[in-house]
Amino acid sequence: MTAAGTPPAPAGWRPALAPAVSLRHDRVRDADLLVLPERVVVLRGSAARILRLCDGDRDLDTIVAELESRFPGAPVADDVRAFLGRMRGEGWIR
Amino acid sequence: MTAAPRPWALLAELTHGCPLHCPYCSNPLELVRRSRELSTAEWAEVMRQAGEFGVVHTHLSGGEPLLRGDLAEIVTAAESAGIYTQLVTSGVGLDDARLAALAAAGLRSVQLSVQHADPAAADRIAGHRAFAAKERAAALVRAAGLPLGLNVVLHRDNLDALDALIQRGVDWGADRIELANTQFYGWALRNRDALLPTRDQLGRARETVQRWRDRLGGATDLVWVVPDYFDGVAKPCMGGWGAVSLTVAPDGTALPCPAAASLPDLDPPNVRDHSLEWIWDHSGAFNRYRGEGWMREPCRTCSRRAEDFGGCRCQAYALTGDAARTDPACALSPDHGVIRALTDTGHPAAAATPAPTGGYAYRKPGGG
Repeated sequence: MTAAGTPPAPAGWRPALAPAVSLRHDRVRDADLLVLPERVVVLRGSAARILRLCDGDRDLDTIVAELESRFPGAPVADDVRAFLGRMRGEGWIR
Repeated sequence: MTAAPRPWALLAELTHGCPLHCPYCSNPLELVRRSRELSTAEWAEVMRQAGEFGVVHTHLSGGEPLLRGDLAEIVTAAESAGIYTQLVTSGVGLDDARLAALAAAGLRSVQLSVQHADPAAADRIAGHRAFAAKERAAALVRAAGLPLGLNVVLHRDNLDALDALIQRGVDWGADRIELANTQFYGWALRNRDALLPTRDQLGRARETVQRWRDRLGGATDLVWVVPDYFDGVAKPCMGGWGAVSLTVAPDGTALPCPAAASLPDLDPPNVRDHSLEWIWDHSGAFNRYRGEGWMREPCRTCSRRAEDFGGCRCQAYALTGDAARTDPACALSPDHGVIRALTDTGHPAAAATPAPTGGYAYRKPGGG
């Protein structure tokens, strides 16, 4: 699956994990995982931190603002929007 | 010996009982009797240990796992252990109440088997009138909001119906359709003459899959499990022996893959005698073909050995009598002629026209 053909996120989008997707911390491997019906995705860097904010309540601006307040000066906005766009293209968040 | 990487997945064969009799069943020829099955408490303990040492995914399979009246309790045990659960079912026996109980217990996903797009042909292949129940089961799973996968085992008798099969899957709202070309072990090996497709059939099927992928654009995930008899390339079986996943059979026998019960001298351990962690790290069975130390030529120095792990041990045993030989599916295997004799155009089996009446040795207890 690719992002190609995925319509743009609606205005006021409040991202949430797709029902099939489970985000969990793996104590054994000390890694954050997205678990799907037939696969496991090992999350790197700040991916899990961003996805934990995707609770269906926060909208995109709120998510970006929270991350910016935690990481002042980091180029958060573009990176986060691009990352969540890719995750949406995969069908892992909606 | 350094500890092996932890397994990601557990295939839990909860029972070998099944109302269907599919001639390619992945269960061994010698099916485990119901009286020897692990108890609820024993399965709960397997799940606890599995979660504890790194398993994140379990396929609750069979046979037909819905025959276990305690299935919801086993789901709860897996979920409590932090393991994502997928039910692998024929759909027979799945009603609204049953599905609601499983979902309440934490079931995450359902994979439904489909034999053919045509109900009568599907029931003939399954050896049971099951198609209507599958259609109902698919609708229930969608209504419950759970992800729905279909698994279609492909062979001579249904490859020409692939277009209609995919259409069924799309109509039923499947998120994922696994098009699994038959792997020839156990029951499928016994029925190989009836199941083996022709190269022409496979060529047309590949075109059909590509056409649907273009049309669907990823809305439904189509997974093509390669027909390794025809490609000249060994499959990376199980992602390597004792590397990614383990199977626990209904009686607690632990295996590196579901087909490994066919290996005569494996002496597989049992969860009733040992912890899963001991089984994974220290049992002879799980270490037998782990890594590359067991390999001979041409695998030992092959540039692909870290990609395909020498192919499948069970297939090497089934076709050569020696599980440590290179998988004959590989064109580099000295035994590849065994496969070519079956698949080359001009060979009687390869040239045979699809046999619509099957003529199967149906899977049933005592059939081994």
